Amino acid sequence: MADKSTSKSSFWGEFIGKRQGVIGAVMLLLIALIALLAPWIAPFDPYETVSATSADVLAPPGPGHILGQDEVGRDVLSSVFYGSRISLLVGFSASLITIILGCTIGLIAGYVGGKLDILLMRITDGILVIPTLPLMLVIIAVAGRGIGNIILVIGLLTWPYTARVVRAQVLSVKERQFVMRAKAIGVSHFGIVMVHILPQVLPVIFASATLDISYAIISEASLSFLGLGDPALISWGSMLNRAFLRGAVSGGAWWYLAPPGFLLAWVTLGLNLVSNAVQEIVNPRLRTHHLFDERVIISLLDRLTPGTAAGVVKR
Amino acid sequence: MKNIENILRRALFSLITLAAVLTFNFFLFRIVPGDPIAMIASPRMKPETREMIREQYGLDKPVWINLPAMREQGNLSALFDSQFTHYLKNLAQGELGQSFRQKVPVAELISARLGPTVLLIMTGEITGILFGTILGIIAAWKARSKIDTTALFFGLIAWSMPPFWLGIILLTVARGYLPSGGYITLGATYASTFERWLDIGRHLVLPASTMALLLFGAYVLVVRNSTLEVLSEDYILTAKAKGLSSVGALWKHALKNASLPLVTVIALDLGYALGGAIQIETIFSWPGLGRLMFDSIAQRDYPVLQGVFLLLAVSVIAANFLADLTYSVLDPRVEM
Repeated sequence: MADKSTSKSSFWGEFIGKRQGVIGAVMLLLIALIALLAPWIAPFDPYETVSATSADVLAPPGPGHILGQDEVGRDVLSSVFYGSRISLLVGFSASLITIILGCTIGLIAGYVGGKLDILLMRITDGILVIPTLPLMLVIIAVAGRGIGNIILVIGLLTWPYTARVVRAQVLSVKERQFVMRAKAIGVSHFGIVMVHILPQVLPVIFASATLDISYAIISEASLSFLGLGDPALISWGSMLNRAFLRGAVSGGAWWYLAPPGFLLAWVTLGLNLVSNAVQEIVNPRLRTHHLFDERVIISLLDRLTPGTAAGVVKR
Repeated sequence: MKNIENILRRALFSLITLAAVLTFNFFLFRIVPGDPIAMIASPRMKPETREMIREQYGLDKPVWINLPAMREQGNLSALFDSQFTHYLKNLAQGELGQSFRQKVPVAELISARLGPTVLLIMTGEITGILFGTILGIIAAWKARSKIDTTALFFGLIAWSMPPFWLGIILLTVARGYLPSGGYITLGATYASTFERWLDIGRHLVLPASTMALLLFGAYVLVVRNSTLEVLSEDYILTAKAKGLSSVGALWKHALKNASLPLVTVIALDLGYALGGAIQIETIFSWPGLGRLMFDSIAQRDYPVLQGVFLLLAVSVIAANFLADLTYSVLDPRVEM
């Protein structure tokens, strides 16, 4: 059963059959297109300094500026388009670190087992316990606000969840017959992990990666909103930071506040929908026609509250 | 017996995590190149003050252990006359240093901000739990119906929103109807304590609603799921067969069973709630620990930043430990 659902063709076949998964994927594709085509579809270059008159400051939407202008007269629509690049960049790079670290540690812990497993899982739990956002804040505040630092900090602090999920899957795969047979005919440990175990774990990794990306995007936005974004870049979070601090709320400049926040929610919603669909395919046992299934709830809980999922599963 | 062993093991784990956080905190504020005093003392302080701080923190001493001093004095205790032990000694005495900007002890600043944050989180939690539980049970009861799907969809939407964005929406929508920031009306005089609390309550509505919305999504999911699990168990059928009205059976049994995971989630949620509080307090100028953190980031007030982070980390570690304890007491089947 698991062997079948993990083969590539049937996975994508099933994915196309999931309405929420397809909706989520289309939502994401749209953002990816905007990010890719930003230089061509944005009416202005937001990184260019503009000579603005007082009439341009927080000007409402008009013919030249579909989404109005910001506090220094820049075109909001263009900033929003360019901002998608930062969100996606951080989302993909940070989650890449998360996945590499989480997979390696999860595979080793699950496959080797014993004392090493206990030690690695204790470290994992220890990191999960420390409140993530405050920790990111102090590290970035001290280490500096460059985009590289932000990506590193997010990646280095979010792998424990992935490690736990991967480890759980490895434990269930490890005792299957084909692994036992490979062992019996003398395949090396490395070979067993790479050829026989990793492919079985891939769908789980993919499902958790979608959540990792959304978590990374929200983290970058939160950091930027709190004034710790890369000062040289325009991201959705830093737009909201400036909008908030420069009187967009009291000035009623909804055209400056709404677009970046809306797109943030849009991207994370899209990722969550895709993740739900993938979870359903990966775990046919939990298949429902609901937005949520047990796995997603567990993973949500684990995101929100490290350790709960373990409690829920134990019951 | 086995339970006590488990509790001890859990306590040891919490202590090790705490030690790791303390060590990390010590290190983090020393990785910046240059004189470590730059992290602890403001460049604007008088040379005498800087010298005093340097001494208090033992910054003239080695970082980890003091080998030269031990050789010189010939006793072992001199070995521990280092920066790290000074840091631990100061912490143990509740000495968190001096704020760069406000020229008052960090501990004093923090204790003044603790109350508003506790008030915000408590109100938000209670509201979130109340609505989350009610909606979660209804969703499970009417599983696969329109109500269920709607509840889940809103849970997902609330979950997809960055906390600060939720706050900005509420702020924009309610502008003009409710106070948009602060803790009390500036310059107001109150005829009674009750009136003062009423004013605080009005200021609390928006931040607490944001907090409640933030947590509500998770609670709906937890309650719905555990209720669904309970509803499929035999004893609910038995209860119904015994003539208990279905609604009575639901509330009595479902609520009891849903409360177990909920208790843990609430305690374990603290870390997430605190992360949300930083953003919510920033948006609504709520004078709590989160706003203090935001301000100290903007002002590069490192001692305050360090102090607030330590307090947050320690409370979350403690809450996790308590959650494990509660869980094992409420449900003896659970091994910790």
